[in-house]
Amino acid sequence: MTDDMKRSLEFNETTFTNERRAPEGFAPIANEIRRDIVRMLVRAGSGHSGGPLGSADIFTMLYFGGNMRYNPADMQAPRDRFVLSAGHMAPVMYAALANAGCYPKKEQETLRKYNTRLQGHPGRDMHLPGIETSSGSLGQGISIAVGMAMSDKLVDKNDHRVFSLTGDGELQEGSVWEAAMSASHFKLDNFCWLIDNNDCQIDGRVPDVMDVYPIDKKCESFGFDTIVVNGHDYADLQRGFDRFLENQRSGSGKPTAIICQTFMGHGVSFMNDKFEWHGKPPSKDQATAALEELAQHP
Amino acid sequence: MELLGSKPTRFGFGDGLVDLGERHSNVIVLGGDITGSVMTSLFKEKFPDRFFSIGIAEQNATTIAAGLALSGKIPFFASYGAFCALRNADQLRISVAYNEANVKIGGGHAGISVGPDGATHQVLEEVAFLRTLPHMTMIVPADYEEARKATVAMGEMVGPAYIRFGRSPVPLFTTPDTPFQLGKANLVMEGTDVALIANGALVWESILAAKELAKKGISARVINVHTVKPFDVETVTTAARECGCIVTAEEHQVHAGLGGAVAEVTAKNAPVPIEFVGVKDSFGGSGEPEELMVKFGLTWKEIYASALVAMERRDKGSSGFRAVKDVPVYSA
Repeated sequence: MTDDMKRSLEFNETTFTNERRAPEGFAPIANEIRRDIVRMLVRAGSGHSGGPLGSADIFTMLYFGGNMRYNPADMQAPRDRFVLSAGHMAPVMYAALANAGCYPKKEQETLRKYNTRLQGHPGRDMHLPGIETSSGSLGQGISIAVGMAMSDKLVDKNDHRVFSLTGDGELQEGSVWEAAMSASHFKLDNFCWLIDNNDCQIDGRVPDVMDVYPIDKKCESFGFDTIVVNGHDYADLQRGFDRFLENQRSGSGKPTAIICQTFMGHGVSFMNDKFEWHGKPPSKDQATAALEELAQHP
Repeated sequence: MELLGSKPTRFGFGDGLVDLGERHSNVIVLGGDITGSVMTSLFKEKFPDRFFSIGIAEQNATTIAAGLALSGKIPFFASYGAFCALRNADQLRISVAYNEANVKIGGGHAGISVGPDGATHQVLEEVAFLRTLPHMTMIVPADYEEARKATVAMGEMVGPAYIRFGRSPVPLFTTPDTPFQLGKANLVMEGTDVALIANGALVWESILAAKELAKKGISARVINVHTVKPFDVETVTTAARECGCIVTAEEHQVHAGLGGAVAEVTAKNAPVPIEFVGVKDSFGGSGEPEELMVKFGLTWKEIYASALVAMERRDKGSSGFRAVKDVPVYSA
């Protein structure tokens, strides 16, 4: 019997609560996550800056807002699950997990280094607590999350939640829409699709590379209860999560899509809304400037 | 080795799945719209609560299966091999193999014996791909009974696995009592002059070839390598050393499938002449299965002729064959 199978058997013994982990408010947490991202990337010398910085507020509300229930001391225990479909945004997930106490913060220094648990793109084989699956080939994570949500709702019949985050450029992958179709077909109101809508991808603005708009109408037509929020406003983000929680609580039979409008590189002014920052790390000087700027707005 | 009847290997997959479903409550089956032809319909009828129709979306079905496996389920997804081994190749590589997800794939309508559907549906390349994926188990059963046993075995092992099966009836010659162990090739007929190493429908053709060779006083060993990965290095190495020449036979491209695996192993452990029977770098086409097997050279006659060539090469020493009996065995 695999560990996964054992967990499946224990699944109905709920061991977690809706715990909000932000006594000082969300801004200091998001700020610390951003600073960790900058510190990790400059040390690694490669990696993606823009998406992780831009989505730090989403991850703060996900991991610290009480929307996802988990025990940082035991990420194998029955829990809600998050699947990062946009695997290149790994640094923000690594920073959120470290700040949540899932693994030592110091280990963030090993990002992209030989034998690290913090692989360039998430690798399940490295067993970092909180990494539910390997990802990096775009479009796959959301399908995996749908499979997990099917397992929870349709097979184990528990009330666990499954979240997945895709980028907006990722919506160009056709299999994303296969996953979306199946989430509403199976009435997965326990599934929450987060879309980081920063309008940027490596080659340029998303509509210039391949137009994916209107995203909200697409999600609606695929059967999602769809809400557009400001991805840098904690109250607005929570409004999105509340809509999801209500869909699940009421048994609406509808999956929820939260389109989070963000700016790539948000928090570091020279990166803000610049697609050039999709896939590169800051230099040492740029990192110093970024950390100084972030320190002024804790 | 006697003929007991004729039955498609896909029936063995369907019956094996029902058997598994009865034994294990966490076996789940995903349908890809063609459940009647890949026989997952049997499971669907018996266990409707554990069957989910995903529609014509092989990439999604493969990754949903990975999500179910990461939640402690044993998901099977079956379609035609052309679509559930190659269209979803990236999903198999990242979400299934790299994740070491306990996903099981059934690839039907394999080889040219699909018949009239033509080249698009006659997958001849997937063994080559799947056996290069780390953590993957790749099975090519020879008949109905072996397909049934292999299906149960792959469901009860932990880790990603793929089984290849065909549409048309093929000779049935193994019984419920015939041993079957994943990763362990079956010695079908003893012999010392030439080793005929085959899988799938070509095992029976190899038996026919061995019987014809026996009429000429040639003793052919027939080996059924039903598991292409993990590969039975020892059985094949021993055959190379004791027979001194090999014919491989498979309903697949001659490149990088079973023949490729045999060549890799023997090149390292016991270099001997090998003749390769299979589809020679071409696509299939429409026709009746029997016509196609003749057209593409996949009958006992090619195996027979190849055995004579292999033995001649060995005896003339043109391959540089040397005594290798004392060289240690390296795993591939």
